[in-house]
Amino acid sequence: MRLRNPGQTVTFTFDGKPVQGVPGEPVTAALLASGIRLMGRSFKYHRPRGVLTAGSEEPNALVTVGRGAAQDPNRRATMVEVSEGLEVFSQNAWPSLRHDALAVNDLLSPFLGAGFYYKTFMWPASFWERLYEPVIRRAAGLGRLSGEANAERYEKAFAFCDLLVIGAGPAGLMAALTAGRAGVDVILADEDSAMGGRLLREVEDVDGRPAALWVADVLAQLRALPNVRLMTRTTVTGAYDQGTYGALERIVGADAPVECFWRIVAKRSVLCAGALERPIAFPDNDRPGIMLAGAVRAYVTRWGVAPGRSVTVFGNNDDAHRTARDLAAAGIKIAGLIDARADVQVTADYPVYTGGSVTTTTGRLGLTSITVTHQGGTRVIQTDCLAISGGWNPSLHLTCHMNGRPQWREDIAAFVPSPDAIPGMAVAGACHGVFDTAACLRDGAAVAAEIARGLGFTPEVTLPMAEARAYAIAPLWETPGKGRKWVDFQNDVTTKDIALSAQENMRSVEHMKRYTTQGMAPDQGKSSNVLALAVLADLTGRGIPETGTTTFRPPFVPVSIAAMGAGGQGKGFAPSRLMTSHHASVAARAPMIEAGLWYRPSYFPLEGDVSWRQSCDREVNYVRNVVGVCDVSTLGKIDVQGPDAAALLDFVYTNRMSTLKVGRVRYGLMLREDGFVMDDGTAACLAPDHFVITTTTAAAGQVMRHLEFAGQVLRPDLDARIVSVTDHWAQFAVAGPRAQVLLNTVLDDQITDEDWPFMACGAVGIGGVAGRLFRISFSGETAYEIAVPARYGESLFRQLVAQARTLGGGPYGLEALNVLRIEKGLLTHAELHGRTTAYDLGLAGMVSTAKDCVGQAASRRPGLLDPARERLVGLRAVEEGRRLTAGAHLFAKDAKAVTANDQGYVTSACYSPTLDCYLGLGFLKNGPERYGEVIRMVDHLRGVDTLAEVCHPVFVDPEGGRARG
Amino acid sequence: MRINCPHCGQRDRREFYYMGDAVAITRPAADAGPDAWDDYLHNRDNPAGDTRDLWYHEAGCGAWIVVARNTLSHAVHGATLAQKAAS
Repeated sequence: MRLRNPGQTVTFTFDGKPVQGVPGEPVTAALLASGIRLMGRSFKYHRPRGVLTAGSEEPNALVTVGRGAAQDPNRRATMVEVSEGLEVFSQNAWPSLRHDALAVNDLLSPFLGAGFYYKTFMWPASFWERLYEPVIRRAAGLGRLSGEANAERYEKAFAFCDLLVIGAGPAGLMAALTAGRAGVDVILADEDSAMGGRLLREVEDVDGRPAALWVADVLAQLRALPNVRLMTRTTVTGAYDQGTYGALERIVGADAPVECFWRIVAKRSVLCAGALERPIAFPDNDRPGIMLAGAVRAYVTRWGVAPGRSVTVFGNNDDAHRTARDLAAAGIKIAGLIDARADVQVTADYPVYTGGSVTTTTGRLGLTSITVTHQGGTRVIQTDCLAISGGWNPSLHLTCHMNGRPQWREDIAAFVPSPDAIPGMAVAGACHGVFDTAACLRDGAAVAAEIARGLGFTPEVTLPMAEARAYAIAPLWETPGKGRKWVDFQNDVTTKDIALSAQENMRSVEHMKRYTTQGMAPDQGKSSNVLALAVLADLTGRGIPETGTTTFRPPFVPVSIAAMGAGGQGKGFAPSRLMTSHHASVAARAPMIEAGLWYRPSYFPLEGDVSWRQSCDREVNYVRNVVGVCDVSTLGKIDVQGPDAAALLDFVYTNRMSTLKVGRVRYGLMLREDGFVMDDGTAACLAPDHFVITTTTAAAGQVMRHLEFAGQVLRPDLDARIVSVTDHWAQFAVAGPRAQVLLNTVLDDQITDEDWPFMACGAVGIGGVAGRLFRISFSGETAYEIAVPARYGESLFRQLVAQARTLGGGPYGLEALNVLRIEKGLLTHAELHGRTTAYDLGLAGMVSTAKDCVGQAASRRPGLLDPARERLVGLRAVEEGRRLTAGAHLFAKDAKAVTANDQGYVTSACYSPTLDCYLGLGFLKNGPERYGEVIRMVDHLRGVDTLAEVCHPVFVDPEGGRARG
Repeated sequence: MRINCPHCGQRDRREFYYMGDAVAITRPAADAGPDAWDDYLHNRDNPAGDTRDLWYHEAGCGAWIVVARNTLSHAVHGATLAQKAAS
C-alpha cells in the first residue's frame, strides 16, 4: 500500500506478472506496495519467505534479474532498482512460488537438522559424488546461471585519494564535508542509490530542518568541491594491503556497463558503514510479513510504502519504539508494541505490552496473527506485519579483513571494531557503536578533522544541531516457547541446530558455524552472526566475550566474477601482437597461428593446394632452390650500448663477444645461473660500444629481465644500457641461392659476397630508408635478414615477396621455417626447454672457461656433464611412410615401452621434402655415442609406434658450405 | 600490495615481476666451490616476519629493486634500487 502519491510509475514484472513501481525504488518496495509479501523460498526447507531488510544484507528476497544470457541470479531484491521493463523472477521454487513441491522438505525438517547430510549420506562412499550430492544440490539452492556467454559489459577502474569515506550516513557525510572543506582529496562511497544513509529513512530534524533536506544541502556542498568525488551505488567490498580497497559500483543507464569493479588506493580511510539490525529468535519468526523494525520504518519513511495494514512491533530496545511512533504518525495502524523489557514506561495511543514476547505466529504464505505473552497474560493479535528489533550490530565487517577481532561492548550488547584493525583506517558513527544522530555527526567530523590534520590540512569543524537520543537495550536473543526459531534465514539455521551443535560438542563458534552452516550463505551472516553466537553462549553457559565471534572476509557483498575479471576476457586476457606483414599474410590466405601473443603465418596456400603439407613443402623448396621471404620480426631485439656493452655481453653469453669486430655477427648461448640453457640468438656489433642482440620469440621478455638483472644487480660496475627494440624494427629473412639477387632489387647499393660475407652486418639503404642487413641463416642456405623501421615493414614485405615471386620463389611461413631448421639441426625452444644444458645440446665447447659468465660455474657440475644424460641427436624414420612425432618417447629397439625403459624423447619432427623422409630432433641417453643405432619411438598419445635411426642432428649440408656461399 | 619504486613512487604490485630472496644479489665468485654455489642457487629461508626480496619494475622504469617487507603483517617497509644494494 502506498502512503503517498507515487507520481510517475513504470511497469516491471515479477514472475511474469506486471507490477507498478516508482523508477529507482527497490523492487521490494514496489512489491510491498502491491501487497506482495511472498518473495522467495528458503534454501533448505523451501519455506515461504518475504523481505526482511531494506539493504544489501537481505537474506530472504533473493531474485534472478533478466533472462537468457544476461540472466543474473541471487540478486538481493532490496538492491535492485525498479525500471521500465525490468524482469524479476523468484528462485528455488517449483512449479511456482506459491506452490513449491519441495516445501515437503519443511515437513521432513525434524530429520534434516544440522549434520544430517554428514550422518546420513556416509555410505557407500562412492554414492556421494554420483548420487547424493547431485540430488541434494538440485533440491537445495539458489538461482541458476543461463550457461550462455553473457555479452553485457563489465568494467574495472582505479582511483586514488587522500581519504576514502566508506558510507554516506550522518557520520560519513560529516567526515567528507569536514575533510573536503579543508582541501583533502576525498572519495565518498555509498552503496545505496542515494546518499544519506539512515537520515533518508528517519523522521527527525538536523540543523533545524528535516534530515533529508539537510542531506541534500550537504550533498550540494560536496558536489561543489572539486576535491571531493561522490560514488553512489558503490559498495566497498574489501580492505587490502597498503590502503587498497575493492569497491563494486552498480551502474544504471542504457549504454553503460552493468558493474564496475574499483580498486581505490587511499592514504587514509574512515569507515562509516553504520549498523545492521538483528532479529530475535522466536517461534516461526520467518513468515513473510515479519521484518526488521528499521526496515519497516525505511519503507514507510523513505519510499512511502506501508508493509502492512495492521503492524505490530516487537523489540528489546528504545529504537523499536521509534518504529511504532513513526508508523503511527504516518497513519498506519499499530496493533501493538511489544517490549521485552518489563520496566519501560511508554505512553502511546496504541496497545503496549511490556515484559512481552511473541510465542507463536500464523499464516502459511504471509503473517496473519501473532500470540503475545506479556506481564498481563496472553493475547492473540491479528497483524499482517511484525516489525522486530533485537538491537543493532555495528557494520564492522571491513575491519576484520586483515585479521582484526571485534570486541564486545556490554552497554550496547554488540561487537565493535578493535582499534587500528586496518592500518590507516579509522571508524566513526554507528559502526563505532555511536547510535544517536548528534553523536554520529560529531564523531564523523572529529575523525575526519584528525585525519586532515595528519595529512597537513587545517580543518574547521562546524556541527549541525541534531537529536541526541539515548539507546537503551536489554539483550534478548531467544524467547521461551516451542517451535522452530530461525537464526540464519538464508541458510535455514534454527536455534535447534545450534543446540544440536553444542550437544555434539561443536562448542567453538567456528565449529558451530561449519556444522550448522550458519553465516556461510551469500549474506555471510550479516543479520545472524551475533544472534547465533549469543544463543551458543547461552547454551554452553559462557558469556559472549568467551564464546568469541567468527570474523568476516572480503567481499562485503557478493561480487560477480565478471566485474572482478572485467577486461580479462578474450583479447583482454591475451592481446594480439601483429607483425607489419600481418595484413599482407592474411590477404594471401595464410592461416595465422599464435606464437605467444604474436600471430605468425603458418603457410601460404596457393590455388589448388589440397593440404598444408603441399604448401609447406613448396616453401621449403623455394628456400633450398630459389629464394624465400619470411617475417622474423617476432624475434626479440635488444639494443645494448655503452663503453662496457661488450663486457656485459661477455658476462651473459657463454662465448666471448668482446672480440667481435664492428660489422660482424656471432651466434651466442645464454645460460641461467643454474647452468641450464636460457636462450640462444645472435649478437651483431654495429660500433665498438653498440650491439644489437636477438632472442627467440618466446624468451624475449625473460632475456630482457635477465639482462637488466645482470647489468643492474650482478655487474653494477659495468657502464652499459639496454633497451628492447623488438617493436621498432621489422625484420625479414631472405633465404635461398637467389637471396642476394633479390636483395639487390631493393637495396640502394648493390651487395656482393666479398663485401657481405657470411656473418657480416651493417647499415644499408632501402629506397632511401636507413635499414640494417645481417647475413645470418636459420635455414642453412645463403641468407640475410633485412631490417627497416617498423613503419616501412609492410611496404618492404610486399616488395620482397613480389620480387621473390618474379624469381620463382615466394613467402614462407612458420611450418617451412621449422622444417628448414630441423633439416639443419638448428635449435628452438622445443629443444631449449629449460632442462637442457650446453653439454646436452653438443655446445659444451661454447662455454668459455677463460672468463666468468652467468651459469658457467653451475654448468660444470659433474651431474650436468654425465655422458649418460639425454643428449641431442637427430632421428630419421626407417619404416616407409611412418612419421616421427614430437613428444614421443624413445626406447631400445626390443624394449617394452614403459617408463622404466625410457631412453629419451622427441622434441621436434617433420617431413623433409629435401631428403624425402621423416626427421626428428630429440634427446637420447648417451645420444652422440649411438649414431647408427635403430631405436623404437612410441607416442602413446597419438598411437604411433615405429623405428628410427639415431644420427647426427645436422641432416642437410653438414659442412655448412651453402650458407657461406 | 603497493611498492614504493625509488624511481616511480608508489605503484601497484601488478606492475612488478617477482624474483625471490635478495640473496641473489651476492653472487659467489666463479671458483667459490660447489657448497657456495649450491647455497646461492638453491637454499632460501622462509621467514615468518621481515624479508627482503627482489622485484623488477617490468611495467615501469625497468629497475630491479630490493623490497623490505613483512610476511606476517604484509607491511612494506621500503624499497631501494638493487644497483645501490649491490655496489
